Amino acid sequence: MQVNIVTASLRTLPLIAIAVLLGACNGSDTDTANDTASATQPSAPTENAPVVVYSSRAEQLIEPLFAAFTEETGIEVQYVTDSAQPLIERLKAEGEDTPASLLLTVDAGVLWFAEQQGVLQPTNSEILDSAVPEAFRDPEGHWYGLSLRARTIVYDTRELSVDDLTGYADLADEKWKGRLCLRTSKKVYNQSLVAMMIAEFGEEQAEALVRGWVANLAQPVFSNDTKLIEAIEDGRCDVGIVNSYYFGRLQRTRELPVAIFWQPEALGGAHVNVSGAGVTANAPNATGAAQLLEWFASDKGQQMFASLNLEFPVVASIPVDPIVAAWGEMAPSDQTLVDAGRLQADAVKLMDRAGYR
Amino acid sequence: MLPGWRALAAAIALLMLLPLGVVVAALAIPTDGVWTHLATYVLPDVLANTLTLVVSVAVLSAALGATAAWLTSMVAFPGRRFFAWALLLPLALPGYVIAFALAGVFDYSGTVAVLWRGVFGATMPRLDAASASALCLALTLYPYVYLLTRQAFLTQGQRSLEVAQSLGLSRTAGFWRVTLPLARPWLATGVALVVMETLADFGTVKVFNYDTFTTAIYSAWFGLFSLPAALQLSALLLLFVALAVSAERFWRGRARYVTHDRGARRQYLIVNRWQAALACLFCALLFAAAFAVPVVQLLLWSIETASTELNSRYWSFLRASIVLALIAAALITTLGLLLGYSERRAPGRITRWATRIATLGYAMPGTVLAVGFFVAVSALGDVVDVRLTGTIAVLLLAYAARFLAVGHGPLGSAFERVTPNIDDASRGLGVGGFALLHRVHWPILRSGAAIAALLVFVDVMKELPITLLTRPFGWDTLAVRIFQLTTEGEWQRAAIPALAIVLAGLVPVLWLHRHSDRAG
Repeated sequence: MQVNIVTASLRTLPLIAIAVLLGACNGSDTDTANDTASATQPSAPTENAPVVVYSSRAEQLIEPLFAAFTEETGIEVQYVTDSAQPLIERLKAEGEDTPASLLLTVDAGVLWFAEQQGVLQPTNSEILDSAVPEAFRDPEGHWYGLSLRARTIVYDTRELSVDDLTGYADLADEKWKGRLCLRTSKKVYNQSLVAMMIAEFGEEQAEALVRGWVANLAQPVFSNDTKLIEAIEDGRCDVGIVNSYYFGRLQRTRELPVAIFWQPEALGGAHVNVSGAGVTANAPNATGAAQLLEWFASDKGQQMFASLNLEFPVVASIPVDPIVAAWGEMAPSDQTLVDAGRLQADAVKLMDRAGYR
Repeated sequence: MLPGWRALAAAIALLMLLPLGVVVAALAIPTDGVWTHLATYVLPDVLANTLTLVVSVAVLSAALGATAAWLTSMVAFPGRRFFAWALLLPLALPGYVIAFALAGVFDYSGTVAVLWRGVFGATMPRLDAASASALCLALTLYPYVYLLTRQAFLTQGQRSLEVAQSLGLSRTAGFWRVTLPLARPWLATGVALVVMETLADFGTVKVFNYDTFTTAIYSAWFGLFSLPAALQLSALLLLFVALAVSAERFWRGRARYVTHDRGARRQYLIVNRWQAALACLFCALLFAAAFAVPVVQLLLWSIETASTELNSRYWSFLRASIVLALIAAALITTLGLLLGYSERRAPGRITRWATRIATLGYAMPGTVLAVGFFVAVSALGDVVDVRLTGTIAVLLLAYAARFLAVGHGPLGSAFERVTPNIDDASRGLGVGGFALLHRVHWPILRSGAAIAALLVFVDVMKELPITLLTRPFGWDTLAVRIFQLTTEGEWQRAAIPALAIVLAGLVPVLWLHRHSDRAG
């Protein structure tokens, strides 16, 4: 009987064989890269060894950068994309066998968590330390912010003018009842925003503010920022909080009766978060990874990094995209971003308590 | 011989025991305060939501799927031949893509809502998150029930119904009391798959912001930075699933289903014009909602974005998707067959538990299973010094852990028809060994195996978290491309890879359709 089952399975073998053959063609050009990556381990990478990057920043936002870097330096870059948390677990599980030398991700909370989990190593680079302002990097150099993403207020220009707005905390005021729209609290952008509010006002006051927001909601929370901006366009809400680049993307498609408001510097400035990167703890090519990081912080790298997604360069002297420049002067909050990570779990709990879904 | 079968079943179960071990090990890790918080503020709502969702999706999919299956296999109405295969097509669409496309059509700024405002001058009433999620999931998942119950209706023949009618039952009573009960193993398997998919779903509910148990798992991991808490929640989820599976077994009881008349010429029930029109209307509406409307929306988006999105890299995405789906379908169907044979040759506690464990992975949120599997394989690799990570082997084994329920379910139902009597009779006629398998078993199992292979194929094409985490370089699939675009909110651009998945899924769907009708 057993023999017969085997025979039956054999019937599927040709299928498997074809598929494997096809697969071999598919993988062949990359296998060598894999081998090189592990062969160069542990310490002395050969000249121009490729850098393997684990990235939670989407492919279309990083691929042109890598291409430009390769063109300038001759160093090849390979990448695997996934969400940040699985990538961190992957680095932990792979340990010393990891092919990855750089972890590239968005949100300071995630970068902080990666550092806490021990998957990043400090980079001692004067170039990076002088280019990236202190607020936007890890004090020990485990990670560096590479672009700023501002989470700010947008409003209906048919209903409101700049003078009607003050800042994030004011949106908890009763006068906004039934006029405010927010995105879901599951999104890390809102978690960082609330974490920074905890850092600024303390937990108790931050919770009161979040409860105020929830009480003012015009609609159930939205699943993404674009839908929120469209709701303002349709007149279903007057004011909301979004990442500015979503607004920029929509502006590219049509004229909107919506404008951006930056919380003024006197009130603490605009809430910003970073996308950033750090060299992995077991990097087979730490030198190459550091070189890539430094290139990101260079003038050309900064300009590309930010303009690909209408974000702000982390190096203040670099000009922003014209679309972004038209939104007026943005003064970023000078709170240390490490707090966003440290307080993120508290922020999530606070929002659960406050009924912010 | 028998211990061999038990060992084999246990070995297959080991695939799922790897991630399960990681989950169970996490129970020992303290998660200071997270549970108290979850139990107070999160779990009460989330449990109620999940229960509502599971029950409504199960009932809706069963009703839609079984009705469509009965109509297309039993009733003569215009369009029957078309709908028979067309109603399978939604299988190829990932749930979250249908959700987003339908949301695009019915949303405030969507075509339908704008038309509504134009015609009625008032805002269109909106579905709440619960109903929208349930509806979308049912529209994506009913094909599981449809495919399996249709198989049952086609192969059980109409003789039982004829007998029932000759004994004085009306046609309707015959359906409820004979046809449907005889199809129960298939219906139950279909609904079980639907329930497990619903429990594991994250993408669809996320589009509508509906908080379920899976949302809580991800929120514990991504928001509260506590993977152990997320794993512990998963353990709880799996406990529910195990209970549900046992309940299904209990419900099925000791009943055995052996009818199988082949060769009789198929006759469709002749109904009056109004009934035929109604049947056609039902199928047309279902097809429109689950496939035509979302696909047209995707087409429109594809045309808009083709110039920026479409390039030669799509050949490699397509090739990776198809290659992985093919190997996985062959591998998992074979494992399903072996597991089915083990159950048959060596029934008992060991094989029963092995089957239960091996099929649990389908209900586990994909990312959690992917991480559990990756961690276990890495740790095991350190012990025996074999490095699977970074090859497609780990990817395929993880697929097997996830989709064995899909590979085994349809076969399990088919195996019920291979009764011991058949073996005895065949041996009595001198048919044994390979001939028994080839000439007697395979014809009975063939359609079940084909369904299993098809379901695995389309499921792997749509699969995301496992592919993302364990793929080696150069194995970006179409689903991975969708992920790249949707994480940045570029849903319109994701229409092209989504359509490509649909097109690639059409081929096996059409093949299966021809195959299954011949088998009937």
